Amino acid sequence: MNNNIIENNCWKEAGSVSPELLKELSKKQFSVKPDDAEMIKRLTREKIDRPVIYIGAGTCGLGAGAKATRKQIEKYLADNNMNADILEVGCIGLCSAEPLVDIQIPGKTRVSFKNITAEKVASLLDNFFSGNIPEDKVLGQFHSQSSAPWDNVPFLSQHPFFAPQKRWVLINCGIVDPLNIEEYVSRGGYASLFTALTKNNPTEVCDIVEKSGLRGRGGGGFPTGKKWKFAASGKSEQKYLICNADEGDPGAFMDRAVIEGDPFRLLEGMTIAAYGIGASKGYIYIRAEYPLAIERLYHAMEKAKKYGLLGHNILGTDFNFDLTIKMGAGAFVCGEETALMNSIEGKRGMPRPRPPYPAVSGLFGKPTIINNVETLTNIPMIFFKGADYFSSFGTPTSKGTKVFALSGKVSRTGLVEIEMGTTLRDIVFKIGGGCPNGKKYKAAQIGGPSGGCIPDSQADIEIDYEKLKTVGAIMGSGGLVVMDENTCMVDVAKFFMDFIQRESCGKCIPCREGTKRLLEILENITKGRKGKSEEESLLRMQGIITMEQLARVIGSTSLCGLGQTASNPVLSTLRWFRNEYEEHIFDRHCSAGVCKELIEYSIDEHKCKGCTLCARKCPVSAIMGKAKTPHYIIPDKCIACGQCKSVCPFDAVFTK
Amino acid sequence: MNELIKKIVSEFKGEGRDKLIPVLQKVQSEIGFISKEAVVEIGSVLNLPSSKIYGVATFYNQFRFEPKGKYHILVCRGTACHVKGSADTLEAVERELGIKAGKTSRDGLFSIEVVACLGACGLAPLLCVNDEFYANVSRDKVSEIIKSYRKRESEA
Repeated sequence: MNNNIIENNCWKEAGSVSPELLKELSKKQFSVKPDDAEMIKRLTREKIDRPVIYIGAGTCGLGAGAKATRKQIEKYLADNNMNADILEVGCIGLCSAEPLVDIQIPGKTRVSFKNITAEKVASLLDNFFSGNIPEDKVLGQFHSQSSAPWDNVPFLSQHPFFAPQKRWVLINCGIVDPLNIEEYVSRGGYASLFTALTKNNPTEVCDIVEKSGLRGRGGGGFPTGKKWKFAASGKSEQKYLICNADEGDPGAFMDRAVIEGDPFRLLEGMTIAAYGIGASKGYIYIRAEYPLAIERLYHAMEKAKKYGLLGHNILGTDFNFDLTIKMGAGAFVCGEETALMNSIEGKRGMPRPRPPYPAVSGLFGKPTIINNVETLTNIPMIFFKGADYFSSFGTPTSKGTKVFALSGKVSRTGLVEIEMGTTLRDIVFKIGGGCPNGKKYKAAQIGGPSGGCIPDSQADIEIDYEKLKTVGAIMGSGGLVVMDENTCMVDVAKFFMDFIQRESCGKCIPCREGTKRLLEILENITKGRKGKSEEESLLRMQGIITMEQLARVIGSTSLCGLGQTASNPVLSTLRWFRNEYEEHIFDRHCSAGVCKELIEYSIDEHKCKGCTLCARKCPVSAIMGKAKTPHYIIPDKCIACGQCKSVCPFDAVFTK
Repeated sequence: MNELIKKIVSEFKGEGRDKLIPVLQKVQSEIGFISKEAVVEIGSVLNLPSSKIYGVATFYNQFRFEPKGKYHILVCRGTACHVKGSADTLEAVERELGIKAGKTSRDGLFSIEVVACLGACGLAPLLCVNDEFYANVSRDKVSEIIKSYRKRESEA
C-alpha cells in the first residue's frame, strides 16, 4: 500500500542529486562532495540526529502568528532542556491551517500539525515527545524512504487538499530550508542547469522549451519557447532577460510564495532562460510590498554567485549572467511588458505601442524577454524530466500544471497546483472543500481584474487557456477567488472597475475615461433613491442602456492589455448574472445584502428586549427607544452600516 | 533632515535615469516621505528637472508626499479581502482613528494607507501595522488592535 501512495503522491517528481554537478561544484569548495551519500541524506533530512521542528514562516504564516509560535517553541525547549533544530521554511500552501508546525524525530517520518498558535505549543510538544500524536491538531505525515511511518497517522499526500494536486513548481515550497543552497542541490537542484549548459547549445534549449508546450503563466499564454526564439535570433551584443514578479493582481500570491519558499528554483530557471536567448544581464522586477521575498532573493543570489552558479563563467563554461533586483513602486499597469520596461528605465510605467515587440526592441532598445515567475520556475522541471514528459500532462493546448491562489469564501484557502485539465469544480470543492458555513457556491473569479466570473452552471469547465476564454474568463496569473450567495456580483464588478480606473496609466482615452464612466454607471446602479432628482434618475437609466456598449468599446480600442481586458469583469458578470443587475436596476434591491443603499434595516419588535446595545453602538444615533422597550430605526438617519445587526444579542435586527 | 537627504542622494551621483526610482525608494525608506527638498536635491544630482521627478513619483502608489504616522496602518483591499468584507474593516479603522485613508492623525501617531494586495489572501481580510500582520480582521477586531497600540504608546 505504501508504494501505491508514493505513486499517487503530489510530490513524486522530487529530484535527486547529480554527481557530475557536484564534481563541478567541488572546484568552488562546495561543502557537498560527490561521493558523500551520508551528507546528502542529512541535507535532505532523511537522516537526523536530533529532533527538527519546522515552522511555516512565509508571509502568510507570519500573518497567522508564526513568530509568536517560534518564540514559544524556543522557550519550551529551553525550559525542558531539550536539543532540537528549529527551521523556518516557506509556505506549503494551506494558508487556512497556518501557523503550521512540522516535527521530525530520528528514525520517524516528519509530521505536520495545523493551526499551532503560541498557546497550543506546549500541549503539542508535551504530547508529541511523550509519543502521542494529538489527533485534533495533526494534518498528516510525510513520506520517507529511510524512516518508519507513524501508525494511525494519515499521509499528507492523502489529505483532500493535497491529494488532487500535482506539485512541480511548488515541489519544495514549505518543505525545504529556503536559505540553504546545499539542500536545494541535494534535492536535485541545479542539475537541470548543468544539463542545459553542458549538453545543449542555446538553440537546443529553446527547442526543448518549445517542444514542451510551456506557455506563459502570467496571463497571456504565449508559447515560451517561441518567444525565446524571437530574441535568440536577433543580432545584438546585449540582450536582457526580465523576470516579472510584480504580482499586482489582487488575489494572487503564488509568485511571492515561490520566491519565499524556493528562491533557487527561480534563479536556476532564469539562468537557463538567459543561456537559451543569449542574455548576459537580467532583472527581477519585484513588488516592494514583498520584503521577505526580496530578502530571500538577495540571499539566494549571493549564495549562487559564491558557487559559480551565477555571475561569470557559470559552472566553468564561458557563459556569463548577471542579475539585478528592481523593486516595483506599486503600479498594476507595470505587469504589462512595455510598461514594466519603462519603469526599469526610471520613467512612468506607461505602455508603448507594439510592434516593435520587446523581443526585438525592448529594454534600453535591446532585445528583451520578459517571463513571469511561474513560467521560469517551470523550466528546471522541463530539463529534469524532458520535454516529452512535460507535455504528456495537461490538455492538447495547455501543458503541464498551473498554480492557483485559492481564496475567498472557501473552507481551505491557499496555494494549489493542479494538472491542466482539472475541472474548476474539483478545485473549489475537492481541494478547497466548498464554501464554509453551508453557504451556496455562486461563482469563482478567475484571472483578477482582467478575468471573469464563472458561475455554478459552468463550474465543470476544464482549466485550459482556450476553454476559460469561452466562458469569458482568462487564465490570468492565477488568482481564484470563490464567492458564495452573500457576494453581490454587481458589487464585485464595481470593485474591479474601481481598481482598474485607479490603476489606469492615463495614456489612452478609452481606458482612462471609459473605465471612469463605467464605474459611475455601476455606482449609480447600486445607489438608492434617497435624495435623487428626476434628472439623475434619467441619467441612471441612460447609463444602464449604454453600459454594455461602452464596455465593448473600451476592450476593442485600448492600447495595452490592461485596457483591452478592463471591462471583462463587467461583461462576464453581465453575461452570467444579468438577473442580479436587473434586480438592482428595476427593484432597487440587493438580495446578497451587500449594496448598502439598497438595504433597509429594521428591528423586530417581538424579538427586541430593549437592551439599548444597538442604540449605543449606532454611529449616527438613528436608533430610538427607551430601555426595556422595543427600539426602532429611523430610516432617514440610517447609513446602513450594519453595526446594530452585528451587535444584537437577540437577532432582532433584520434587513429587507 | 536636509543633511540626511543630501547624504542619501549623493550615493547616486553620476548614475543615470534608471536609478531614479531606487533613489526615491531610498529617500522614502529613510525619511518616510518624498519632501520638496528631496525632489530638488535628486534633480540636481541626477540632472533631471523637478517636474519629471514629480511626474514619476506621483505615478506610483508607493510614494507619499507627507510624513506617515508612527504606526502606519496598511489596509488590504484585494479581491479576497473585499469578498470577505474589508470595506467594513477600512471603515472601522477610519472611524476609530477619525481620519480618512491616506491621511495622518493630528498627533502623528497613526496613518492609514489602502493597498491593492498584501499577498496573503488566504488570511483575508488583512491589516498590517508597521510590518506586523493581522489576519482575519473583522470590523469588531479593529478597535482592539488600535487600542493595543495606543496602550503601547501611553506606557512608553
